[in-house]
Amino acid sequence: MCNVCGCGTGETRLEGEALDHEHEHEHVHADGTVHRHAHHHADEHAHGHAPYQWVPAAVHGHAHRHADGSVHSHDHAHEGEHIHDHGDGSVHYGHGPAGAHAPGMSQAQMVKIEQNILAKNDGYAERNRSWLADRGILALNLVSSPGSGKTTLLVRTIEELKSKVPVAVVEGDQQTSFDAERIRATGAPALQINTGKGCHLDAHMVGRALEKLTPPEDSVLLVENVGNLVCPAAFDLGEAAKVVVLSVTEGEDKPLKYPDMFAAARLMLVNKIDLLPYLSFDVHKAIDFARRVNPRLEVIQVSATTGAGFADWLGWIDARLGEACAGRQQTVEQLRARIAELEARLAAKG
Amino acid sequence: MHEMSLAEGIRQIVEDAGRSQGFHKVKTVVLEIGQLSSVEPDSLRFCFDVVMRDSIAAGAALQIDSVPGSGWCMQCAETVPVAALYDPCPKCGSYQVQATGGTEMRVKELEIE
Ligand SMILES: Nc1nc2c(ncn2[C@@H]2O[C@H](COP(=O)(O)OP(=O)(O)OP(=O)(O)O)[C@@H](O)[C@H]2O)c(=O)[nH]1
Ligand SMILES: [Mg+2]
Ligand SMILES: [Zn+2]
Ligand SMILES: [Zn+2]
Ligand SMILES: [Zn+2]
Ligand SMILES: [Zn+2]
Ligand SMILES: [Zn+2]
Ligand SMILES: [Zn+2]
Ligand SMILES: [Zn+2]
Repeated sequence: MCNVCGCGTGETRLEGEALDHEHEHEHVHADGTVHRHAHHHADEHAHGHAPYQWVPAAVHGHAHRHADGSVHSHDHAHEGEHIHDHGDGSVHYGHGPAGAHAPGMSQAQMVKIEQNILAKNDGYAERNRSWLADRGILALNLVSSPGSGKTTLLVRTIEELKSKVPVAVVEGDQQTSFDAERIRATGAPALQINTGKGCHLDAHMVGRALEKLTPPEDSVLLVENVGNLVCPAAFDLGEAAKVVVLSVTEGEDKPLKYPDMFAAARLMLVNKIDLLPYLSFDVHKAIDFARRVNPRLEVIQVSATTGAGFADWLGWIDARLGEACAGRQQTVEQLRARIAELEARLAAKG
Repeated sequence: MHEMSLAEGIRQIVEDAGRSQGFHKVKTVVLEIGQLSSVEPDSLRFCFDVVMRDSIAAGAALQIDSVPGSGWCMQCAETVPVAALYDPCPKCGSYQVQATGGTEMRVKELEIE
């Protein structure tokens, strides 16, 4: 696994190809300086900056704590690898020409971190979100237990939507590309991500998929997450909304057993309602349970096989598309206003 | 399985902090885990030990500080304590309670040497 971004290199596959890539990461130095640079997954690196000349010889401080508890800090320039040995047996990275040693504190040291455990993922998710917003693309993240009918739902949704708006799909499964093939049969572009042992899609994988898929502006991107009601709830992909699919062949108490997913979703699709006459599933009870977890949850009952409820579902997508377009319009207007302002300033100067 | 990805997230944060701040050994990792988050502490401890092997926090102790859950009751129009996402308001019994606190999963601090 990649220690920088956590992606399972060699395990995660995009259309059958191992997900290797270059990507940025961030170093925060003792003096608060933050800098970023890119590296390939193959180059595991310690805190060395030699090959990254585009951080232009910035000088900043590093604090070091040694085995004996002493602390010292110093500046270094960002050129040249800076491994050094202190004679006390500790070797570490981060010395420059101006290495001044401050004698220091002993005993255990506490270092404040205050970071969300999934901060890396959240960073990638924000990047995806703004990428999508800039293009007016509505992204929905479909989550559920295995077999609730996500792919069947997507196929029908695409058939209904494709004459009005372009639709692209990202398919997440641990193995096989069957689902992506089912989607492609509709004529919509689809990209398969195989997570291997991973039980969810993360924002980094989806970002990579977007680069390959290049969905057009003002379109819909449907993401089918790995069938799993647990961790996809915690992994933001940069979507506008999570849509949780609960099929009537599951228990009504699913929302209470897996509350996180129902809390994270904006909409619940109750699927396979064509089967209700043959089952003892109590739809109202299931909805009631889901709303205990998330009082604001919207609910639509559908059947992916008969098309029942699809008018409502398509109407819901249309409303979200409207929001995505309005968001983009706003960005465009802000940019226009900014350009006008700059032009006015230039005119005033000249 | 969920806890495995969390443990990997913790490892990244710890390794990044060690690299940027120049420390090489972590003795204790202190987490803040909300009562309403989906984290199973026992499972996380197990994954933590496995995932931290060969890292600067190999063999480190894991301290989990629990943060109590709270939510906004729409009926009472106030913040009330709740122990689970599906719990009713302890004051009025309504389920119209939106979780507001206790959902965090954070690395709070590290004890280093
Ligand atoms: N009767 C009925 N069957 C459905 C409906 N939707 C899906 N199914 C069936 O449910 C089974 C699973 O459907 P999929 O669409 O593959 O489910 P999925 O959620 O994509 O499954 P995974 O990707 O494996 O998690 C298939 O046999 C579908 O034909 C529905 O509305 N009614
Ligand atoms: Mg599927
Ligand atoms: Zn990486
Ligand atoms: Zn990566
Ligand atoms: Zn680096
Ligand atoms: Zn030093
Ligand atoms: Zn540096
Ligand atoms: Zn997972
Ligand atoms: Zn109340």
